[in-house]
Amino acid sequence: MYVAVKGGEKAIDNAHAWLAEERRGDPTVTELSVAQIREQMTLAVNRVMAEGSLYDPDLAALAIKQSRGDLIEAIFLIRAYRTTLPRFGGSHPVNTDEMACDRRVSATFKDAPGGQVLGPTFDYTHRLLDFKLAADGEVAEAPQSPAPDTATPHIMSFLDRESLIQEEATGLETPDDLTRTPLELPASRALRLQALTRGDEGFVLGMAYSTQRGYARNHAFVAELRIGAVAVEMDIPELGFAIEIGEITLTECETVNQFKGSKTEPPQFTRGYGLVFGMTERKAISMALVDRALRWQELGEDNMGAPAQDEEFVLYHCDNIQATGFLEHIKLPHYVDFQSELELIRKLRREAMQMQEAAE
Amino acid sequence: MKMSDYNFAYLDEQTKRMIRRAILKGLAIPGYQVPFASREMPMPYGWGTGGVQVSAAVMVPEDTLKVIDQGADDTTNAVSIRRFFEKTAGVAVTEHTDQANVIQTRHRIPEQDLTEGQILVYQVPIPEPLRFLEPSEVETRKMHSLEEYGLMHVKLYEDIAQHGAIATAYAYPVRVEGRYVMDPSPIPKFDNPKLTMAGIQLFGAGREQRIYALPPYTDVVSLDFEDFPFEASKADHACGLCGAIDSYLDELIVDDQGARMFMCSDTDYCAGRQEETAA
Repeated sequence: MYVAVKGGEKAIDNAHAWLAEERRGDPTVTELSVAQIREQMTLAVNRVMAEGSLYDPDLAALAIKQSRGDLIEAIFLIRAYRTTLPRFGGSHPVNTDEMACDRRVSATFKDAPGGQVLGPTFDYTHRLLDFKLAADGEVAEAPQSPAPDTATPHIMSFLDRESLIQEEATGLETPDDLTRTPLELPASRALRLQALTRGDEGFVLGMAYSTQRGYARNHAFVAELRIGAVAVEMDIPELGFAIEIGEITLTECETVNQFKGSKTEPPQFTRGYGLVFGMTERKAISMALVDRALRWQELGEDNMGAPAQDEEFVLYHCDNIQATGFLEHIKLPHYVDFQSELELIRKLRREAMQMQEAAE
Repeated sequence: MKMSDYNFAYLDEQTKRMIRRAILKGLAIPGYQVPFASREMPMPYGWGTGGVQVSAAVMVPEDTLKVIDQGADDTTNAVSIRRFFEKTAGVAVTEHTDQANVIQTRHRIPEQDLTEGQILVYQVPIPEPLRFLEPSEVETRKMHSLEEYGLMHVKLYEDIAQHGAIATAYAYPVRVEGRYVMDPSPIPKFDNPKLTMAGIQLFGAGREQRIYALPPYTDVVSLDFEDFPFEASKADHACGLCGAIDSYLDELIVDDQGARMFMCSDTDYCAGRQEETAA
């Protein structure tokens, strides 16, 4: 007599226990602390904060520890936690003009007020494995110079003065929150940028790269890339004025794109914009390129049929939590649908065979 | 934070209110897909987040919950969702169809008829019945508003021309009250005739941010042609455990010679029949 498989509950409990053991790894090796991850896996922490849409380095580090270093899983943990938090308002727009820059480079001007600051970049490291690091990761203190007391205005503002760059519409209204209203198309640029900044780094990178290779090429130059801390200010109704509620690190990328003009717009430079939590410059540059590609309609450009121009394609597929969930759900039982397919194929085959036999 | 520190049924009251509004709109326009601001749940998209949000929004502490996946109460994801609500809502749970007020399901309608007052919550992967004919959401929404369903009829016709039958075995499209074409979620077409029922049916698609609904006794018709009428099919066997000939069957491979056995996909129905025989 056949007995149907039971015991799902027990299997789940045991699987979780095994998972916990695997996460810990060899118990003779010292356990990682959340502080170690936060301080020494900073770029992973930044990615989790950016794509998790929650600026909290400690929680991001905890999520990385819990997820065994699977960053998409960590982002998922942060997103699920974020659901339980109330939205108590919107901040003032952060003023990146007043950013305390750790890094600030321009590919369009050799020098500009505020200067070029390389900052802690991998850019000119030779990618040679440093075997010394395996034994000893202690470092000497890096040389320091005093921070310049001059402001670092945006490079774009210089092009702006000559009216060489397309003017950006300004609005004071608070845009919709992508995580609080369903995405409906066509989406405003504010919503597109929200989707891109929390979109999967790999996906946004691939989309941006495709524009560089000719799928809706838009000739982007990095006018400016800046990374640093900005203050977040918010109006407190009880006080009647805005106070600083904290400081966050952001990466901002502005691209300047060649544009020969269209039926509706004169020849001028156009812009792409990227703004991402943390030190996340690959993502910020990618975001700026994709933002620019998505603006074809507003600038009266041709639709080349390129994936990066297709708002619906980009916005519906850039979220890795949606993508990974749906992709991985095909592991779940599908006995019922598969059974109905099985019946159908058998029936269609039977009929096809009979027809064949009759023909012979 | 302990799990008990979360709000009843995990979601905060504002979110539940937003979901309830979408549900009410869905009930007022049967078969119409209502956009809602789906939240990120602690289980993955594609694993029932839409159903879980709908269940959380309709649940009250006095409710008794049943969760099935593929008809069974003991499949891993059904266990996982049931536990989630035991933990976050503390509601009573049951495996018996007739004892539940809220039944969350993936891919099946219970064999036993639902009664008035019961709510059946479906987990929906792709709510748009036209999606595989037209990938763009902007286009399909337009098609629904214009009641432009020609494409679907052409697809069904082409199936018949090519295969001699409509080659859709699950997620078989239906027309609701003569208006909206709706995806009944990937239930086998065997279940389609049960879509007109006494219970309330709510459909939640979390990733796609859509909710739709069927009030009790809504007229739901599976699409077909006069000369090729809709046929609810199942394996032409009896259940190997309870002997039922009227229930939907799963097929099992029982030895390495490939011998087959059939058993009810609805485990509660099957167990009930076995108990009756034993008594």
